[in-house]
Amino acid sequence: MVTAFFNLVGRDLRLALRGGIGSLVAMVFFVIAATLFPLGVGPESALLERIAPGVLWVCALLATMLSLGRMFQDDYDDGSLEVIALGPLPLEMVVLAKILAHWLTTGLPLIIAAPALAILLNMSMQGFAVLIISLLLGTPILSLIGSVGAALTVGLKRDGVLISLLVLPLYVPVLIFAVGAVEGAIFGLGAQANLLILAGGFLFFLVLTPWASAAALRMALE
Amino acid sequence: MSDGEKRFEAENVACIRGERPVFSGLSFSLATGGGLILRGPNGSGKSSLLRILAGFLKPVGGNLGWNDVDPQEAPEIHRARTHYVGHMEAIKPTLTVNEHLAFWARAKGFKRPADNILQALDLDPLADVPGRFLSAGQKRRLSLTRLLATPADLWLLDEPSVTLDVQSTARLEDMLAAHRASGGMAIVATHAEIALPGAEVIDMAGYRIAIDTLLGAPQKAAGGPTAAGEPDYGEW
Repeated sequence: MVTAFFNLVGRDLRLALRGGIGSLVAMVFFVIAATLFPLGVGPESALLERIAPGVLWVCALLATMLSLGRMFQDDYDDGSLEVIALGPLPLEMVVLAKILAHWLTTGLPLIIAAPALAILLNMSMQGFAVLIISLLLGTPILSLIGSVGAALTVGLKRDGVLISLLVLPLYVPVLIFAVGAVEGAIFGLGAQANLLILAGGFLFFLVLTPWASAAALRMALE
Repeated sequence: MSDGEKRFEAENVACIRGERPVFSGLSFSLATGGGLILRGPNGSGKSSLLRILAGFLKPVGGNLGWNDVDPQEAPEIHRARTHYVGHMEAIKPTLTVNEHLAFWARAKGFKRPADNILQALDLDPLADVPGRFLSAGQKRRLSLTRLLATPADLWLLDEPSVTLDVQSTARLEDMLAAHRASGGMAIVATHAEIALPGAEVIDMAGYRIAIDTLLGAPQKAAGGPTAAGEPDYGEW
């Protein structure tokens, strides 16, 4: 079962590597969107400093959403999902492997790009560590919740808008607490409470979403 | 492949797809080395039956039994003994032939695929070719090689010979014969002629549920086993 799990993660990473720039869409979008803000609102450093945490998190959220559609779609379209579903791995673990691969190919690049963009937006240095921690806790939640939306819409063509409608309301709490944590660190209010809520949310969705996604995939496989 | 006598049975299986009744009252029994050919026009439920037997779809009525145990009671055991090759080839454009086989073997829980299986369908010259350069027939052959990559008792094949040339179809027949000789079972849905010596043939058209039947009107489906001997009500 461990073989089958990492087999799936490894294959998805390999497919992403060979997919070229297409698999970095989320990170490219993140960088472009965040760099547009200084151009749009003007170079006033005090204003940028004030909005930086929110801008970074909103961009990360939209970038993740952009990449959700393909989480199961390719495997569903070409029949790979049938092959995987007939393996020893329960569908819940299949979903978890796909989520892990999704996070490694979208969430992790966002976290790597975030410090440079934070400097660009003149974010206060006190917030850097908490920004990274909030992304480390928050982006996996985005992948977990996103998997439900991706699994529910897997049989549909042109599902981008529907996924957004399904998933975005559930992303809002992540955004609020993550930005709250970063701003708390910057303004000296402490970030611990918000980060703990994020960590709790991560565990909650880690347990819950693979079941929901697997149930949706089972319906799609009928 | 596990030893000992095996028996795979279906009893009065019925299927509904998207609120549309497809077939009902379908029964068969396969023993060790058994073969079954599913025939019937498009939409008669061949693929649906295979998906039911693979465990993707639940039958709305009837029972399945592998040595008298319902596959639904032990789905992971049923998955382990089943190979399903459907219409879609499960081939990624960027992975090579060998990488596909390695992935499929590990997805079935094996360390590596069986040795020297590419020859079986004449794919060995293509071992390092990525999926996007394969022709339709080559993709189909690669997809069928999955059957040999890991052992499984039950092969469920949906139109396996589509896009295959005559030679490859013969090779597929050899594969099926060897599989059954070693005690495996094969259930093949096909419009083309695939030699499966001694196999039972089920004509799905005979199990179609006429909408009239459901509404209580007399049955007038042609060719069905229940239609024979029924009075002819004519057109009305």
